Amino acid sequence: MAGSGNSEVKLLGAWASPYVARARIALNLKEVQYEFLEEQFGTKSELLLKSNPIYKKIPVLIHDDKPICESLIIVQYIDEVWVSSGPALMPADAYDRALHRFWAVYIDDKFVPSLFGMMRAPTEEAKAESKEQALASLQLLEEAFGKISKGKPFFGGDTIGYLDVALGAFVGWMKAFEEMNGFKLLDDAKTPLLCAWAENFCNNEVVGAVIPETAKLVELAKVMQARFKSAPPAN
Amino acid sequence: MASEKGVMLLDFWVSPFGQRARIALAEKGVEYEYKEENLRDKSELLLKSNPIHKKIPVLIHDGKPICESLIIVQYIDETWSDKAPLLPSDPYQRAQARFWADFVDKKVFECGGKLWKLKGEEQEAAKTEMIEILQILEAQLGDKKYFGGDIFGFVDVAFVPFTSWFYSYETCANFSVEEVAPKIVKWAKRCMERESVEKTLPDPKKVYEFVRYLKKRFGIE
Repeated sequence: MAGSGNSEVKLLGAWASPYVARARIALNLKEVQYEFLEEQFGTKSELLLKSNPIYKKIPVLIHDDKPICESLIIVQYIDEVWVSSGPALMPADAYDRALHRFWAVYIDDKFVPSLFGMMRAPTEEAKAESKEQALASLQLLEEAFGKISKGKPFFGGDTIGYLDVALGAFVGWMKAFEEMNGFKLLDDAKTPLLCAWAENFCNNEVVGAVIPETAKLVELAKVMQARFKSAPPAN
Repeated sequence: MASEKGVMLLDFWVSPFGQRARIALAEKGVEYEYKEENLRDKSELLLKSNPIHKKIPVLIHDGKPICESLIIVQYIDETWSDKAPLLPSDPYQRAQARFWADFVDKKVFECGGKLWKLKGEEQEAAKTEMIEILQILEAQLGDKKYFGGDIFGFVDVAFVPFTSWFYSYETCANFSVEEVAPKIVKWAKRCMERESVEKTLPDPKKVYEFVRYLKKRFGIE
């Protein structure tokens, strides 16, 4: 079934969502033709509610009418289905796979909440706490990169892998927060490996097409911040 | 800690997360050394093996640590792949298995915790949530023998340890799992017919004793 021109692939998503970016980057790396169905900000389409009744969230990959939910699960699915197209995203060795999975979960559980915590923080104190957590997370990821990449440009080695996609999809938002808050998240002095990695990642053609422009994200962030301040945060 | 051959599991007897690893190892017939951790006085080995989270379970295989229970189970499945496959071979079925194991992770433990930690209206709300969670899982199980179909699989391993907490949930929050999710209860009994599960899961009454101990320690009653 891999690479079949007849199979229908749709992705429910939104241009600014880093979770959706993970799916798009993986699809692009595997050269999969797909239809991008954009959800409107603030509403959820019938198709979304039907395809992801449990969480009602994007991204949802719909492959031959079968939905797959949760960005990291989607990336693994793409890697397993389009196995003969392009290099594998998951490492070959079981232990390396466990490491990629561990850090991807860490990114979702610890790094991302602190990153967006800076935007949602109701007080300056809470904001500072989120910032500290975000920087600490990146320091750990810097160390992890050193061990996992073994001197190569990506977590996946010579080519972009699962963990690169998991973290790299957030580079756009990281740049937006740097601009909005006037400090560096990725710092040549503290996280030199990740700085080089981020540049290599964004220089990749298929990635560059997916990561939104920093200016657009900053604009969106300001709109969202105003909403958070005026109403209780909903998900 | 260079290349010490063999398999070791750092764990805590009542942890449903640790039990996932134990069940997977038993299904695969893997011999390993079990090390019980005192969570109020964590060992050097635990702190060294899981410096990020300092949590159990940690599987140490030939000196290399693997953390996070579902990641451990996948590692066990991939490393000892000659018998008892836990994840299906079809990519779509695998994605479904991962989704539902993740659902159990996101929902069951936290909601369960609320049932014994909270009182009054908050507990009622948690009870409603738990019933919903159980009914969603019941619908997913349907009339299948296991969540994995005919084969005891990834989702079964992920969820079955929580069945020894059902008695505690029921007693603390005053409801019956059998009433709200009878298929889940029947599934739990089927799982207990497997040696790997039967030998791993603690007596629900012992789990309840543990919950009562926690309640005392946290000053809840």
